[in-house]
Amino acid sequence: MSTISQERGWIDRRIPEARRESWRRAWLRFMNDRVGFIGLLIVVVVILLAILAPWIAPHPEHAGSFTDFPNALQSPSLDHPFGTDQNGRDVFSRVLFGFRLSLMLVVVVLGFGVPVGITLGMVAGYYGGRTENVIMRMTDTFLALPPLVMALAITSALEPNLVNAMIAIAALWWTWHARLTQSLVSSERNEAYVEAAKIAGASTPHIMFKEILPNILSPILVKITLDAGFVILIGAGLSFIGVGAQPPQPGLGTMVSQGTTYLPGSWWVALFPGFAIMFVVMGFNMVGDGLRDLFDVEVDR
Amino acid sequence: MQYWQYIVRRLLGVLVSLVGLSIIIFAVSRILPGNPARMALGPLATDEQVEAFAADMGIDQPVWMQYIQYMQGLLTGDLGMSLETRNQVLDDIIRHLPATIELITVAISFTIVLGIGLGILAAQHKDGHIDNATRMLAFATVSIPGFFLGILFQLIFGWFLGIMPITGRISREFRDEVTRETGFMLIDTLLSGSLAAHFDAWMHILLPALALSAAGIGQIMRITRSTMIDVQRKDYIEAERGFGLPNWLVVYKYTLKNAFVPVLTILGLLYASLLGNAFLIELVFNWPGLAEYGVNAVLSNDFNAVVGVVMTIGIAFVTVNFVVDLLLGRVDPRIQLERSGLT
Repeated sequence: MSTISQERGWIDRRIPEARRESWRRAWLRFMNDRVGFIGLLIVVVVILLAILAPWIAPHPEHAGSFTDFPNALQSPSLDHPFGTDQNGRDVFSRVLFGFRLSLMLVVVVLGFGVPVGITLGMVAGYYGGRTENVIMRMTDTFLALPPLVMALAITSALEPNLVNAMIAIAALWWTWHARLTQSLVSSERNEAYVEAAKIAGASTPHIMFKEILPNILSPILVKITLDAGFVILIGAGLSFIGVGAQPPQPGLGTMVSQGTTYLPGSWWVALFPGFAIMFVVMGFNMVGDGLRDLFDVEVDR
Repeated sequence: MQYWQYIVRRLLGVLVSLVGLSIIIFAVSRILPGNPARMALGPLATDEQVEAFAADMGIDQPVWMQYIQYMQGLLTGDLGMSLETRNQVLDDIIRHLPATIELITVAISFTIVLGIGLGILAAQHKDGHIDNATRMLAFATVSIPGFFLGILFQLIFGWFLGIMPITGRISREFRDEVTRETGFMLIDTLLSGSLAAHFDAWMHILLPALALSAAGIGQIMRITRSTMIDVQRKDYIEAERGFGLPNWLVVYKYTLKNAFVPVLTILGLLYASLLGNAFLIELVFNWPGLAEYGVNAVLSNDFNAVVGVVMTIGIAFVTVNFVVDLLLGRVDPRIQLERSGLT
């Protein structure tokens, strides 16, 4: 009697241990990949800048509707590393706060889209048959609309602002993850360990999320990382058009769009926010690429 | 399974997608808060005018009636009247569409030529300097917002070097010379017989098309590279080299052909993001296309026009992917089974 329970205790301990060990090794290998490492560095720096923006920005009060016309359109200097905009606001400070909005968009969109997508894809892939057909048809239909166009339509139907842009993009994003999860699960559902769990009497949610999910996590993780960059680009695009972040909010796309009025003379107003978008998106893409090499999975963007 | 059976199956899928599409778009267009008739007429219109206008537009009916009317309209090509331009939406779209198709076609050509070309180059020099350089280039192109790249192009080629026009489709001096026949500037200028105008049209389309294609070039480059490398490792390639076939023949005939399937798949998906990004590029370059019309419709709450534009884009995407699927089924018959859900 006692030996059996000891045996089981050993297995329960052993599995998480093995899992931890494989993640630790993955981490070490990841850090050896130069591209992935630089990308991670960029992402961490941007996240820190975004979180700490109110304390480290040289002029945190410039994030909103601040005006200082005597200092408008100053070229970059020590006091204003990225110069000042048409209202005399420090572009560098606004870029830091712009990172905040961009990352917030990522968190909201993926925080909603990923769980919903994974659940739907899991149900479709696991049950197969008609359930799968219905869910995947629906997914394909949503996929036929470019996210930017759809978000544009939804945002315009509600009211153009950042919150609605978030809702609009989040309402579309699950499709990609449903697609990916379904294809992964449908090849996984006939594996021996799933059969074993079924025979052992495990409940369906347990099999889905405790047995299958950990085994398909790596491609999903790669996808999430690549998504982050893509979401930021779409958010910037919406702001650029004027249906995302609204002035005086420091949306990076909004800043580029307003800055174009002052090109080419006051180039810093548009160019620094633009390069800031590229910087953070590139960071996420590099991490995604590093992870892709690491897990050796093929995931489309 | 016969090829025609595959075509029929895919065609049915297309129909289902289109019906789904119409439902999604209809739902979106009707969550509009406020009274669209009031918005169209402005605050000065009387309540009677607003009511009459609403009845005219059919927006005083229950939602399901509206959907039936809307579907009837779609099937007969009647998308309603634009609240902003007061034209039939379909006419507006037909007028704006050629500019966008022209832009996207040129952009896709750039994507294919440059993306596949650079991808082959990178695969040939795997892990060399060229490979590393193209990898960085790929990162840069997929990370830079298309609209920002467009602005950079305008700055560099338009303002600083002064060698390229930065807005519109054709210069003022040629505008009267070229009559609108097809709506495609590159064709219309040829029809007008003026080579100078034709060249001018190319100069205008070059920068926006390049800015639009950048992200795709990066993606196609990477996917071409990785599939080429995969295929190069195959035994039959090794065997062909063993037979002493010249390098160019092995690369361009046998390797490239088999590396084509994933590239084609991505190109189909890419089409959607091109349509989306065209919205931004057209704004930057003042390109009078569908996207510009769509953005204006969105900003002025012109929902008939928004529905029309989104529907057009959805149909375009579904059609392109149908064609891609047909091509894929031809190139690699195994895909016929896969895409029909028979695996």
